[in-house]
Amino acid sequence: MAGIWVYAEIGQEKLAPISLELLAKARELGDAEAVALGPGAGAAAAELGKHGAKTVYVSEDAAFGEFIAEPAADTMEALVKQHSPDLVLFGFTTDSREVAGRLAARLGCGLISNALDVKSQDGGFVARVPYFGGAKIADYKANAKPAIVLLRPKSVEASEVGGEAKVEQVQATIGANSKRARILERKVEAAEAVKLEDATVIVSGGRGMGGPENFPILEDLAGALGAAVGASRAVVDAGWVPYSMQVGQTGKTVRPGVYIAVGISGAMQHTVGMKASKVIIAINKDSEAPIMKMADLGVVGDALKIVPKLTEAVKAKKGK
Amino acid sequence: MKIVVTVKQVPDPNATQGLESDNTIARDREVVLDPGDEYGIEEGLVLKEAQGGEVILVSMGPERARDAIRKGLSMGADRGILITDEQLAGADALLTAKALAAAIKAESPDLVICATESYDGSTGMVPPMLAELLDMPQLTTAKQVEVSGSKVTIHRQTEDGYQVVEAETPALVTVTAGIAEPRYASLKGIMAARSKEVKQVGLSDLGIEKGEAAETVLAVNDAEARQAGEVVEDDGSVGVEKIMAVLQTAKVV
Ligand SMILES: Cc1cc2nc3c(=O)[nH]c(=O)nc-3n(C[C@H](O)[C@H](O)[C@H](O)COP(=O)(O)OP(=O)(O)OC[C@H]3O[C@@H](n4cnc5c(N)ncnc54)[C@H](O)[C@@H]3O)c2cc1C
Ligand SMILES: Nc1ncnc2c1ncn2[C@@H]1O[C@H](COP(=O)(O)O)[C@@H](O)[C@H]1O
Repeated sequence: MAGIWVYAEIGQEKLAPISLELLAKARELGDAEAVALGPGAGAAAAELGKHGAKTVYVSEDAAFGEFIAEPAADTMEALVKQHSPDLVLFGFTTDSREVAGRLAARLGCGLISNALDVKSQDGGFVARVPYFGGAKIADYKANAKPAIVLLRPKSVEASEVGGEAKVEQVQATIGANSKRARILERKVEAAEAVKLEDATVIVSGGRGMGGPENFPILEDLAGALGAAVGASRAVVDAGWVPYSMQVGQTGKTVRPGVYIAVGISGAMQHTVGMKASKVIIAINKDSEAPIMKMADLGVVGDALKIVPKLTEAVKAKKGK
Repeated sequence: MKIVVTVKQVPDPNATQGLESDNTIARDREVVLDPGDEYGIEEGLVLKEAQGGEVILVSMGPERARDAIRKGLSMGADRGILITDEQLAGADALLTAKALAAAIKAESPDLVICATESYDGSTGMVPPMLAELLDMPQLTTAKQVEVSGSKVTIHRQTEDGYQVVEAETPALVTVTAGIAEPRYASLKGIMAARSKEVKQVGLSDLGIEKGEAAETVLAVNDAEARQAGEVVEDDGSVGVEKIMAVLQTAKVV
């Protein structure tokens, strides 16, 4: 059976959730194995085992957490050459894609990025990739070995199967010249009350909110609903709210039970990050806004008037 | 300081989108300098103003991508290099990175600035590949860049804040929107850009051979679209009533 590898991303000594999603896919395609690099890799290996990794290659070397991409690319190159997996899966996240990019350039094999799914076909791998802003889906066949595919977060559901991985300690193979982009400090700016990725209800605001001074109206509604607050890129770029709140192509991918888009037009780059939500409600003063064509309920009107009333109604209903 | 900024020409985000029947992007569409790359140019110009030196724009694309370079030159960049070759049509990220790397290497810059991802490609794969091929460290998703002597320090955007990341030059930096407001080209800038040099090179000039593509497109299909639901005009109360009903069905309230 094919050797299917997962690059298990470890951010700040903790396994990134995308790694378990990738494992669910890897299991489906063949013998799943994972590579976990950096402090925390040992603990991650147990978790990876429960999700179906048969072997986890582990190195706890501190350099993986301290320097951007290069140490990981070096070690991945050595491991790939040694074990020749057929497919290496990466998450389409900032940290993982930088490692994947360097690795692919080094191996000269290219890669398929931003994929929604990958399957085996005719002894190779075919990935589904959104194209033309998400209006189309292209099927790409990987020509190289190993095939390298980057899967978008939340494309696959993680699931535990129980089991224990064989942990194989590996040597960190880091070039003398690879400890270059050094992370000196980590600053936390925004710790959300409810994490966007885990929220079952999300209230998101866009440019239609008029200005940062109006975002508290959304926070009140979110508070009443027990929801998280998200945002479009337009308002993140404008500096109204921090990047951690951005939903979409270059922000977070979410799939809550209910997504309420307030003053958001519904550009493809936004909707690609939220269109898997179960129920979508849009509030927009323009009945022709693209978001209206995909919402289960579209309310045409002024958000600044509707949202406070909605908050009152929710509070009344919940008896608070 | 010698600074290279990569710039790409892309379909105009503000124009109506069109696809040909063979699923290629309609050729007659308006094209513009990638809005993301305007941030890269701005940052390059800011650094040059502080440190002295030169800003060189490098683009790979068809002949008309020269317009994207011109736009950057009119903002104040010094000269441009256009990599154009029929063999590059439909180039994937790796081939693009190889072509850019060859042209950039010849300039031995101190700093290479790219945008985090392009408007149309949107995969952000070119910068890490380019960094690898140029043998440079990569300082990515920067929302602030500082250069002091041979040290580059950036604020790297993360999920919950930022990291302070440092490396020695030569280095590759990717910038996010919001790093600096791109300036408008002045009339004087536009006039001056006309006489600035734009060197054109092909694959053979760069000593690159087009290898096998990393992937083959098997099919292109319409994405599953969500069905539009009910759209109601709010009259002061019906909007809230309808939303409450939906929230109740979803068992949120
Ligand atoms: C490479 C790339 C990546 C991108 N990634 C992302 C991403 O990750 N996430 C993202 O969101 N975007 C992303 N974008 C940007 C995206 O294309 C859109 O520009 C952005 O989503 C628009 O944000 P918006 O809907 O808030 O603003 P607008 O498009 O300006 O829409 C504002 C809406 O508010 C409505 N409105 C105005 N006033 C009111 C009112 N009083 N009450 C109710 N409604 C009102 C208007 O009718 C309009 O529909 C990306 C773009 C590029 C090029
Ligand atoms: N053909 C190209 N010519 C010049 N720069 C490019 C080209 N393709 C990508 N880039 C640079 O790499 C960045 C990321 O592009 P991408 O990897 O396509 O998302 C772009 O914003 C550009 O700065």
